Amino acid sequence: MEKRTDKNTYTVLFAVGMVLVVGAILAYLASTFRPIIQENERLEKQQNILYTMGVNNNTDGAANFVSTEQAPKLFEKYITKQLVIENGQVKEDKEAYLIDVKKEQTRAKEGKTRRLPLFVGEKDGKTFYIAPIRGKGLWDAIWGYVAMDKDMVVQGVYFDHKGETPGLGANIKQRYFMDDFYGERLLTEAGVFKGITVSKTNADPTNEDKNDYEVDAIAGATITGDGVSAMIKKDLRLYVPYFKQLKNKG
Amino acid sequence: MAKDSKLILDPLTDNNPITIQVLGICSALAITAELEASIVMSISVLFVMGVGNVVISLMRNIIPSKIRIIVQLIVVATLVIIVDQVLKAYAYELSKTLGAFVGLIITNCIIMGRFEAFALGNGPWRSFLDGIGNALGYAIILIIVGFFRELLGSGTLLGIQILGDPVAKTGLYAYGYENNGFMLLSPMALIVVGIIIWVQRSRNRALIED
Repeated sequence: MEKRTDKNTYTVLFAVGMVLVVGAILAYLASTFRPIIQENERLEKQQNILYTMGVNNNTDGAANFVSTEQAPKLFEKYITKQLVIENGQVKEDKEAYLIDVKKEQTRAKEGKTRRLPLFVGEKDGKTFYIAPIRGKGLWDAIWGYVAMDKDMVVQGVYFDHKGETPGLGANIKQRYFMDDFYGERLLTEAGVFKGITVSKTNADPTNEDKNDYEVDAIAGATITGDGVSAMIKKDLRLYVPYFKQLKNKG
Repeated sequence: MAKDSKLILDPLTDNNPITIQVLGICSALAITAELEASIVMSISVLFVMGVGNVVISLMRNIIPSKIRIIVQLIVVATLVIIVDQVLKAYAYELSKTLGAFVGLIITNCIIMGRFEAFALGNGPWRSFLDGIGNALGYAIILIIVGFFRELLGSGTLLGIQILGDPVAKTGLYAYGYENNGFMLLSPMALIVVGIIIWVQRSRNRALIED
């Protein structure tokens, strides 16, 4: 005799029931956790931005953010202005750090204008201009923040990734890689944008030379490294007019 | 009772899911370049296997046999999404280190294998023990492989430099030692797993097939 659970009607009903139950559970969970996750992401952006201007809890060799409890307070204290550059117009916007760079890049591809967020930070009498960048690694998205001075000399970077290979590409968020960018120049003497290349052949593993527009690559992470070079060149180039303006004014 | 303890202990040694049943190799190769990733993956699989086996076992008499694989898959997928969401909400830093691995749990053949081979035919308590046992067996191998790959490949353990600084040439590196970058690539994980299998079988000859 056929078992009850072998019948077609039973199978179909079971499938429908299961989908409903599982769907309900997941929908409930998603809506419960959504605000908490969004808050985590918001605080992380603040931590990232603060990290690039040296407001962090770095220990020997390891990159550490300021705590999530402190992040909003420190963000308020150190980030003096948040700007949005759109069509050459510069506006202040208290929530510029929430601008989704991915969405803006898509807008640009569709031929619409891209809004460029820029954060101005003050620390120990030094002014930092911090811009977000975003690109592609080997497996998925990579992104970061670059802090510059008014001459577009790098003062600090933070890189992150969605799914690069652990031990290889994932090491772009390690200090030994990120610290190499400190002091590197983005503009030539003549003021032309050149960017920074992650290079396998710069013969400068400890990164003594700050005028070569190159940092030492991570062995085994060629494509991730190329992605870092590309996003620096593509996204930071867009900020050049702002820095030119800044120079003319000052 | 003696039989119950076998459910936990067997997969750790003589019935190890990776070295004996040769399941779950894909994730063992993919994520063991660093010890930390190995440990976190082990914990996540432990949870999914423990709970998943119990859920499947409780449903074993009502699951239609024609779509049982799909049902098993949905159970794994649901648990994985729950793990992912909980981590993102309450352990955001950790969820970032895990990245894509959490999703990869779904593809772990050990989980589907135990659902199909054990949980569908056994009660919840025994299924729970079986799930925990197999997850621990998986974890042991993952951690051994991760330990050697990170130590020999990067000279670090859990991100801490053990053998000295390769750039400043301190510690072992002062004597001309170099990290073996090959250890970071997946094929070396296969070789490390192979060595574990070799050692295990040479110690217990009963495991050698004719």
